[in-house]
Amino acid sequence: MKLNHELVEKNVGLMAILMVFAISLGGLVEIVPLFFQRETTEPVKGLKPYTALQMEGRDIYIREGCSGCHSQMIRPFRAETERYGHYSVAGESVWEHPFLWGSKRTGPDLARVGGRYSDEWHRRHLLNPRDVVPESNMPGYPWLDKNTLDGELTLKKLQVFRDSFGVPYGSDDELKADVATVIGKTEMEALIAYLQVLGTALK
Amino acid sequence: MSTGLSIFVTVISLFTIFGCAYLLWWCWTDKMGVEEGKSMGHNFDGIEELNNPLPAWWTYMFIAMIIFGLGYLVAYPGLGNYPGLFKWKSAHLDVRSLEDIEKAKALAEQNGERVQYEREIARGKEITEPVFAKFRDRPVEDIARDPVAVQIGRRLFLQNCAQCHGADARGGVGFPNLTDNDWLYGGSAAAIKETLVKGRIAAMPGWEAALGDEGIKNMAAYVLSLSGRKVDATEAAAGKAQYALCAACHGAEGKGSVLSFTDPAQQAIGAPNLTDDIWLYGGSRRAVEATLRHGLAGVMPAWQQILGDDKIHLLTAYVYSLSNQPVN
Repeated sequence: MKLNHELVEKNVGLMAILMVFAISLGGLVEIVPLFFQRETTEPVKGLKPYTALQMEGRDIYIREGCSGCHSQMIRPFRAETERYGHYSVAGESVWEHPFLWGSKRTGPDLARVGGRYSDEWHRRHLLNPRDVVPESNMPGYPWLDKNTLDGELTLKKLQVFRDSFGVPYGSDDELKADVATVIGKTEMEALIAYLQVLGTALK
Repeated sequence: MSTGLSIFVTVISLFTIFGCAYLLWWCWTDKMGVEEGKSMGHNFDGIEELNNPLPAWWTYMFIAMIIFGLGYLVAYPGLGNYPGLFKWKSAHLDVRSLEDIEKAKALAEQNGERVQYEREIARGKEITEPVFAKFRDRPVEDIARDPVAVQIGRRLFLQNCAQCHGADARGGVGFPNLTDNDWLYGGSAAAIKETLVKGRIAAMPGWEAALGDEGIKNMAAYVLSLSGRKVDATEAAAGKAQYALCAACHGAEGKGSVLSFTDPAQQAIGAPNLTDDIWLYGGSRRAVEATLRHGLAGVMPAWQQILGDDKIHLLTAYVYSLSNQPVN
């Protein structure tokens, strides 16, 4: 058969294969190298795996949809670094599954919120943001202070991060000891523990 | 990026561009054995396919894109590890620590790289540096009377401090009022600056176990009486009998622990004055009892890393000015 339009126009299977090939070229160049690059696979020196309490806090952050309004990605622009701190680097996110970079900033970026406010400020702010920031339009999350954690699934979560994602957690016994500290804590405490560690690894 | 990955990226990128160019040429030249403008022999419901050439404007745009793409890849990074003729970079991203970033900066300068973020910072510095330089070497007490310095300090305050201390710096429950000249850790310029630089962590223990319900009630009565509140005299007297527990931090007279900053042997522990009727956590009986029961641990974060020397200097001046209004 002559190499012409007819060949692909009349063989749907061949056309599909060629289309997949053409589209995948972009991914091969833009995405695939990220899986093997030092820049995106090696953690920054100060990075520590989330403790059981922080991990639970992170899940509450996801559940409450915080990333719908708060990004966790400081871009390398002066306007951002003046306000939020040093720009984010990939090595800070290598153990994030999924990452919570977000793409919407109704509220401020939280990539380096850790240590910026006291725990008590966070508690008041989460109960009713207007108590501390009068012009805030963030909703209050009063139930976080009432709900307590039972730690039932915490061990499983940590094991998944260790076994499937290669996050360097210790043995099951070590994890169990950490999980025991979670039981009975409020969701508020967990979320604050998570917020207070954000962005503190790059030092 | 490793050399292998670099070659992988380069080969695919160039293959794609030249592949597109080849495809374009192929479509442009192959006339399918039919004269231009004549029917290809496909006829569906009276709609005929003619052998028309690719539109010229579209073809020229395609060629321009290919030339632009190749030019871009020569000038800017895109082909694996090749840095591009302009040696342009957005920021230092392949780093493991702040120290790495400093090293990368030095190396970039040596190699004459154009790091966009660093250039932006440098341009910003050109504007801010003369302003900071004007105030840097003047004492806080002096620039606290300079309206420009105070205005800059106020802007910094609104951005970084107002979340806790309020836009008017009058604080709130749990967050100190900075305008009333009542200081937990001292109100001198040096003390304010130290608070900003290092942060403060207060630690009032809870006394529920030691005092018991009755004791808490009595102590609350005594503490309130120190600020001239009317209380049950018997309760207050009972509280006073146990006040030695509190005196270690709050002083024998309850006047708090603001100690000299000129004497490093004396450390400010931030125990408030109990006699001035200023209540950081509320002055109701209930609030005072809750404080006595559970204790408190107020935290002021450290700002050195976030703000740096110059901004902290101006912020100190602003906060200092709030309690030390110039005499007009």
